[in-house]
Amino acid sequence: MTHGLQELLKAVLASPYTLPVIYGVVIVAVLPLVAGYVVLVERKVMADMQARLGPMRVGPHGLLQPIADAVKLLLKEDIIPEKADVWIFWLAPLVSVTAGMLALAPVGIGPAFQIARDINVGILFVAGISSLGIFGIVLGGWASNSHYSLMGALRSAAQLVSYETAAGMALVSGLLLGGSLQIRALVEEQAKQGVWFVALAPVAFFIYLVASIAETNRAPFDLPEAESELVAGYMTEYSGFRWSLYFLAEYANMMVVGSVATTIFLGGWLRPFAGVGGAAGTALDCLPGALLLGVAGYCLYRAPKQPVAVQKLVMVAVAGLCAALAAALLAPVFVAQALWMKPGIHGAFWFLLKVGGYIYLFMWLRFTLPRYRFDQLMRLGWYFLIPVSIVNVMGIGIALVLHWERGMHLALALGLTTLMTLAVAGVLVRAELKREEQLRQGAAGDAYAG
Amino acid sequence: MLPVSHYLILSLALFIIGVVGVLTRRNVIVILMSIELILNAVNINLVVFSRLYGDAAGQAFAVFIITDAAAEAAVGLGIIIAFFRNRETVLADEMDLLKW
Amino acid sequence: MLDKVIFYFFAAIAVGSALLMITRRSAVHSAIFLTTTLLATAGIFLQLRAEFLFIVQIILYVGGIMVLFIFVIMLVNLDVAAQQIQYSRQKWVALALALALAGQVGAMLWRAGKLPGQGLLVRGVPAAESLPPNAEAVARSLFGPYMLSFEIASLLLLVAMIGAVVMAKKKV
Repeated sequence: MTHGLQELLKAVLASPYTLPVIYGVVIVAVLPLVAGYVVLVERKVMADMQARLGPMRVGPHGLLQPIADAVKLLLKEDIIPEKADVWIFWLAPLVSVTAGMLALAPVGIGPAFQIARDINVGILFVAGISSLGIFGIVLGGWASNSHYSLMGALRSAAQLVSYETAAGMALVSGLLLGGSLQIRALVEEQAKQGVWFVALAPVAFFIYLVASIAETNRAPFDLPEAESELVAGYMTEYSGFRWSLYFLAEYANMMVVGSVATTIFLGGWLRPFAGVGGAAGTALDCLPGALLLGVAGYCLYRAPKQPVAVQKLVMVAVAGLCAALAAALLAPVFVAQALWMKPGIHGAFWFLLKVGGYIYLFMWLRFTLPRYRFDQLMRLGWYFLIPVSIVNVMGIGIALVLHWERGMHLALALGLTTLMTLAVAGVLVRAELKREEQLRQGAAGDAYAG
Repeated sequence: MLPVSHYLILSLALFIIGVVGVLTRRNVIVILMSIELILNAVNINLVVFSRLYGDAAGQAFAVFIITDAAAEAAVGLGIIIAFFRNRETVLADEMDLLKW
Repeated sequence: MLDKVIFYFFAAIAVGSALLMITRRSAVHSAIFLTTTLLATAGIFLQLRAEFLFIVQIILYVGGIMVLFIFVIMLVNLDVAAQQIQYSRQKWVALALALALAGQVGAMLWRAGKLPGQGLLVRGVPAAESLPPNAEAVARSLFGPYMLSFEIASLLLLVAMIGAVVMAKKKV
């Protein structure tokens, strides 16, 4: 009996499907938790920027708030409007969340942790599958049978279709530089060239940043769910569990666009100065561990100041967790037997750090900028981002031809074409400013214009 | 390995369903969707033969067909919107005037 | 074995939702079932290792064309249309004709199977290991022998775009 079990275990371990399935289960299981904590971080960042404290009640510094929120959402009554199209209403959030999670499949969180390893069209797969999330939004808005929902859904559909073009063109710039669609090949190409593509194609990165904010329906482009205009847009009629699925989908999408930007423009799982070896390299390798040790130390320092005994305990536990992670990060650097784990663990750390930074940028923009008007949004997409992104793709193509065929230095060629793109962008901005000026003068004569 | 005939039968089934949709439905939007289904059935044939002969040309043609489907959908839906604006209907058999 | 399971799974979904697509009263339901069919077809493309076409199908067909359909369905008020008779008068003739067509092609397939050596119908598709990277292969084909067709296709898209804008404009 035990022999048969051993045989089975061996066969399972040898199967090429085992590891991907485990990774998939891990992602599906961990993603809601991560999303919950991203929400907590968002609330804390917002509070900090508005000189408040944010959630403080549940756990020390609100550390257990996401769990309380999750329990609340799961226990809430689940309302389906009377005249809703019931099964589409039921299906729509599932579509959104499935698309968001499925898109993470080929994303490489470190060189070791990647579900769909050999898929030939890696980055296209991520972009394509995540664009299916729009079905969830549009169908949910339609099925609710409510005007606010329908307006939100229509806005969302128009917005996503408009900005998908610009985002796709920005991705094409990165893919031209990387010369492949596969995620692993893109990261390895950045390691080989010794430079992240954000330095080679800054305009493309900027366009992708703006377009990805619009695609994830985040402020300042959160018109589909603008609460002051549309209550909550396509989510108006949703409550409880289904609403939390939409929420999860939004945060999963943020992670997806963050992963895409990290992979193409920010060097994926590469360490900063990935080519540096020797003592300086070792010092850089120690950085993640030292950072986490610092966090652990700070937690220990804060622990005695917590008001309740349980909160002190939780704080110490958090410190222990950080210390354990730091040990896991530092061990491969110093212990020779653990060296084989180094690329996987350190790659995952740097990748997640970069994605986290990208998401932090989203939050920062959200709390800084006021919301756009819908016609402004459309103008920005169609009259500025799409033309600039097309010019940028052409510019990078020209630069690459100059580099390959004429032997011009790549940095020089790319610099020249980037200047060309910026000039085009400047012309477009001037035209737009002129138009606004004219509109303002026209409006001055009309007392009722507003 | 699956024989090619399986794919051909699947493609035939989808094609016939699309033809039935085009010929029997009254709603123009559903008719347009049935045409998309027909084009899609053709794509299956192209891809399976491309795989059979190890030549990517079949897939290149499938890309062309998808392009064509996109163009057709854009123009077709534009016509439907214009028509609906004038006649307040989307039923094919009420499109019985040459000019209005 | 796994290949077969995947094929029959996706084929069943494709045919089933295609049937539902042409029989639903509500156009939105039809659009959802067509989307399902298209996704299942994309799965069959993946099973045939046509990865590039798989993702093109998803991005263009599902993410582009079907979103456009649903968008138009929402713009056009279909509540009235959903109340009316769904099938046209010639439906029985049309059904008979379509079935005759199906019978004809089916008979052709069946007879092809009886040719000496059974023709190409029983030949299996070649093993996956021997294939070149799919995206590169398609690109070589598209930008090599079919460059002119590619340019014509992009011209077609441009014309269609202008046409759609002119059609949908309120006042010409």
